Amino acid sequence: MFELLGIPPQALFGQLLLGLINGSFYAMLSLGLAIIFGLLNIINFTHGAQYMLGAFVAWMLLNYLGIGYWWALLLVPIIVGATGIIIERLLISRLYHLDHLYGLLLTFGLALIMQGLLRNEYGISGLPYGIPAELAGGQNLGFMFLPNYRGWVVIASLAVCLGTWFVIEKTRLGAYLRAATENPTLVGAFGINVPLMITLTYGFGVALAGFAGVLAAPIYSVNPNMGADLIIVVFAVVVIGGMGSILGSVLTGFGLGLVEGLTRVFYPEGSAVVIFVIMAIVLMIKPAGLFGRTA
Amino acid sequence: MVSVTDTETTSAVAEPRIRQKTMGMPTHHMAIFAMLLAAGIVAPFMLYPVFVMKVLCFALFACAFNLLLGFGGLLSFGHAAYFGSASYISAHAAKVWGLSPELSILAGTATAAVLGLVFGSLAIRRQGIYFAMVTLAFAQMVYFFSLQAPFTGGEDGIQGVPRGNLFGIISLQSHFAVYWMVLAIVFIGILIIYRIIHSPFGQVLKAIRENEPRAISLGYRVNRYKLTVFVLSATLAGLAGATKVFVFQLASLTDVHWSMSGEVVLMTLLGGMGTVFGPIVGAAVIVTMQNYLATWGAWVTIVQGIVFVICVMLFREGIVGVIQKWTKKSL
Repeated sequence: MFELLGIPPQALFGQLLLGLINGSFYAMLSLGLAIIFGLLNIINFTHGAQYMLGAFVAWMLLNYLGIGYWWALLLVPIIVGATGIIIERLLISRLYHLDHLYGLLLTFGLALIMQGLLRNEYGISGLPYGIPAELAGGQNLGFMFLPNYRGWVVIASLAVCLGTWFVIEKTRLGAYLRAATENPTLVGAFGINVPLMITLTYGFGVALAGFAGVLAAPIYSVNPNMGADLIIVVFAVVVIGGMGSILGSVLTGFGLGLVEGLTRVFYPEGSAVVIFVIMAIVLMIKPAGLFGRTA
Repeated sequence: MVSVTDTETTSAVAEPRIRQKTMGMPTHHMAIFAMLLAAGIVAPFMLYPVFVMKVLCFALFACAFNLLLGFGGLLSFGHAAYFGSASYISAHAAKVWGLSPELSILAGTATAAVLGLVFGSLAIRRQGIYFAMVTLAFAQMVYFFSLQAPFTGGEDGIQGVPRGNLFGIISLQSHFAVYWMVLAIVFIGILIIYRIIHSPFGQVLKAIRENEPRAISLGYRVNRYKLTVFVLSATLAGLAGATKVFVFQLASLTDVHWSMSGEVVLMTLLGGMGTVFGPIVGAAVIVTMQNYLATWGAWVTIVQGIVFVICVMLFREGIVGVIQKWTKKSL
């Protein structure tokens, strides 16, 4: 067996895979944040709670209605996205004329409510959600063992990110969206229903978080705090990458996941803070973020 | 938004230093401070002293936070970092190094100041929403550090911190003895914040909050002002955190958790941001609420969330902000 810098390859690749998994979630969540920020100009603090909600709705579908993983993958984003649309219409849409900070404060309050309600109902110990039968087991790749489900998470996340990139960068709808990000008034003057587009964009961003939640349910235990800590790391990811470019968000997400995995191999104590340290360095060297436009 | 007429602009250019008469305290402010002090002296005889001390510490914390948000226009979502790190160092200094209370508090406060300088100098490189995210991320870094560092006691925190003897002579064993110390620190702390707000420095700060490009064009080094207010705010938040240790004889992860950062935002928002006395009111309301809901578990979080939503949607001026409108006096 060969060794790399004194680290057995199983451990190294195992941690890299774990990093890639974390990176998948960073990428999906930061992508959703970036899309919402682009059009609505608010930072959606509820994003973590909505990701958590996605996992919970998947769990509820299974345990109360007997609906399995694959249907959940389709239904949960629709359900969570719909709750997002209601929130946008009822609350967020009334704040557009104010300082952006109010949007942050509102969504923070909403996140507290969601977390509190679910904690009241289900406690914090976490609920189990099984891996779907089709993806049980794993592959022996020679240098490491790859559980099928983990491979699937990376592929599904990549597919969703690239799909989103394609829709926004290459389709007519995406062109409207980009135009509205630049100048909503002008786009409205061309007869495009901008408020509707804003609502749907928020719904889509939130649905993305819900989708990520379903993917996460079999890996991490489903518990009310699962989103809160993750979202703060995702904020750091967003600061590092800048929110100007979609592919940039995706790349930064996966890249930082890998860096975190590597840190866990070589300096485990630092793995929790490495992303924040990178953020500090990026702020020193390139304050606008790696892919950001200068503000 | 700020509308500026040409004449104003020219006069401002001709006389960049704001020469408003703000040195002397207006009578109604003086009356309020006297009333607050009187209330502070009477309170421990009517209410449980530890509860009142908790209100006092959070009042100072919220006022320090408000200095940054309400007057500097900078929303930090990570003020728990300064509050919490100060409380850890202060607890460690008192328990392990055996320092006297005043020196322990000083050590904690100094730590918060240094941390504020480091994080602040990085955070001010980004504006608005990014600023909030950066400060939150740094605070989370402090949280993880506190979770893992050997001296913080991990999940248990630092417990059983000795209250010791103030200046080496005055025993702080009774709740009342600690109370007078806490009252003195908080009252002086709030007076310092009041002084900062009404100093020429504070006036420039408000100018930057209202219209940053204009402040720059007037020749002010905006970033220097921002950093200074950030450090001042972090230091005073640290003072509150370091003092709190001697009330509960405890420093724990709760103090550095992001929910603590959220709480101080809520206190300021509810009391009225940008008002002098609002955060004190906000802190009193929120701490009282937490006290009543303490046995209800997650309901504290839910109610706080609801208060957040109501404040943002319907009540953006806050309690003191509304009173200010009625009385037409700046409070």
